[in-house]
Amino acid sequence: MSGANMPLLSVEDLHISLTTDAGRFPAVEGVSFSIARGETVGLVGESGCGKSITALSIMGLLRDPLGLAGGKIKLSGQEIQNLPASQLRALRGKRIAMIFQEPMTALNPLKAVGTQIAEMFVLHQGASWREAEAKAVDALTQVKVPAPAQRAKDFPHQLSGGMRQRVMIAIALACEPDLLIADEPTTALDVTVQSEIVDLMKELCAARGTAILMISHDLGLVTDTCKRVCVMYAGRIVEQQDSERIFNSPQHPYTQGLVASLPRLGMRARHGRRRLTEIAGVVPGITSYPAGCRFHPRCTRRTEICETVVPELTALAEGSLVRCHHHG
Amino acid sequence: MDKHARADQALLSVEDLAVYFPIGGGVFSGKPQMLRAVDGVSLSIKPGESLGLVGESGCGKSTLALSILGLVNATKGRVVLDGKTVGEDTDRLDVARTVQMVFQDPYASLNPRQTVRRTLADPLRLHGVSNAGEVADRVAEMLRQVGLRPDQADLYPHEFSGGQRQRIGIARALILKPKLVICDEPVSALDVSIRAQIINLLLELQAEMGLSYLMISHDLGVVEHMSDRVAVMYLGRIVETGGWREIFEQPRHPYTRALIAAIPDPLTRGLAREKARGEIPSPLNPPPGCTFNPRCPHAIDHCRAAAPMLSAVDDGHLVSCWRADEFATPISA
Repeated sequence: MSGANMPLLSVEDLHISLTTDAGRFPAVEGVSFSIARGETVGLVGESGCGKSITALSIMGLLRDPLGLAGGKIKLSGQEIQNLPASQLRALRGKRIAMIFQEPMTALNPLKAVGTQIAEMFVLHQGASWREAEAKAVDALTQVKVPAPAQRAKDFPHQLSGGMRQRVMIAIALACEPDLLIADEPTTALDVTVQSEIVDLMKELCAARGTAILMISHDLGLVTDTCKRVCVMYAGRIVEQQDSERIFNSPQHPYTQGLVASLPRLGMRARHGRRRLTEIAGVVPGITSYPAGCRFHPRCTRRTEICETVVPELTALAEGSLVRCHHHG
Repeated sequence: MDKHARADQALLSVEDLAVYFPIGGGVFSGKPQMLRAVDGVSLSIKPGESLGLVGESGCGKSTLALSILGLVNATKGRVVLDGKTVGEDTDRLDVARTVQMVFQDPYASLNPRQTVRRTLADPLRLHGVSNAGEVADRVAEMLRQVGLRPDQADLYPHEFSGGQRQRIGIARALILKPKLVICDEPVSALDVSIRAQIINLLLELQAEMGLSYLMISHDLGVVEHMSDRVAVMYLGRIVETGGWREIFEQPRHPYTRALIAAIPDPLTRGLAREKARGEIPSPLNPPPGCTFNPRCPHAIDHCRAAAPMLSAVDDGHLVSCWRADEFATPISA
């Protein structure tokens, strides 16, 4: 593939294993998806489903006991999963950047935030510190931090959670990366602040043509931010759909269960108070994934085949994919 | 105790409650500043009723919950539980028999060194149930009511999943048969696919035991689903209160409207003009006038000059906003 058709990022048949004293366990299995230039894609799932380690593997940040166990990660066609550390460091921050859930732990508590932004220009663009500090103030202006010149001298503990996340976004977008990975970027924030931060992220990325891979447990947030959504369950992608359709016509029983179990605002006024649809059972742990379809012990549609045979990802109309023997 | 309080009589009434915390102050730093965590809140809950309490972190909702439980002293005003003023007519045990709490994090709120049996039996013994057979029966019955098996009583918290732990937290709150349960974000720490189980359980138990709930949550979907009435708090004050339908279909306060507009859901698209700007100011230094004015998309000069009072716009619907009359139409995209 070349030129306009080549996706910016393609993850092909990714496997990540967890090694413990008890053996090796498949934490992520056969995950494939791609992101075009400027596209926004969401990865949604519950804690432990493998969404965050998928993101870490793209950044080349997997550490023991987690390790890549197969598959390819391509950035503009170039395989990056086996790059040496020095080349990965040049890539991180410059072409792929990441923001994390808790900005307080992601920022250095001992350095002024302006310096931490400036570092990006020094490391990746060879700017002088004087130049870089000035650019850092510009970057703070762009993320709409009030009084940016003064705030640049502040340390992370002097800023609110929302302001810290703005600083994280400024660092991530400093070198105009091609891809921004946002791992639960607003989970630690209040709802009204979350909404502002997400709007800011969308606006800045759209203006720069930056693609977004957004990772969250919040289906509403992901569909609101992204054009396309991949739903993960127990280490596998079970469904891929356009955001527009996921709430109205989810195809996988897990996604259908999630959508039906959410008490969404406005539902009671429209339909009266109905008992919420429960998904039976619990999310399985990595060390005890069931055979066959991993959702089968909780699924209302399971048959014998689900207990033994792993369903393939099936293409549906309009580019949707679903991994279920009895989808629809 | 009167088991059958009249339906029109409030089970809980909070009257002009204020809780201030002194911050700083000492030999060298002079007079302490006053942090007004709760600043003149009045609300009531009838037997069997659910009141949803909505607001962002730092708005004072947890302090309010603690003062209802008698765990924080009121600076001003009072809390009346079942006809008795908390702290004056009641001791700790009286309050515990009437009101209990379910916490957000079922991992942090259970003692990891205690079996479920001990967690549930201790309050019974403390409240005078001394017959071992009766204690065992009540523990078993309570476990059954929250959807656990009586034979799980001798397990420790780590042997349960998050959803099951929250069931234990609920069992602990209900073992003394309280009348009011304060649920502080009861599902937000749980996996999304488990939340519906706990919400359904809380509603079933409410119907079975005739409980009143004070449902504290930032998730408006959960609050709408579970509440009869709703109060919205901002910087220590209630800015709007009313029936769930009025609050969610015809919100009059710009902050309530901003909270709805901030929900990431395809249903709220097109409400961007209602969104709040910036962040919650420090309660140590609240802005003059209406405390929401710096973030309000509808603020006018008057809002910066004078603070509005909570006043009725409709039967049982109270709003504290100078422009409330202008928001008489339903919120819609």
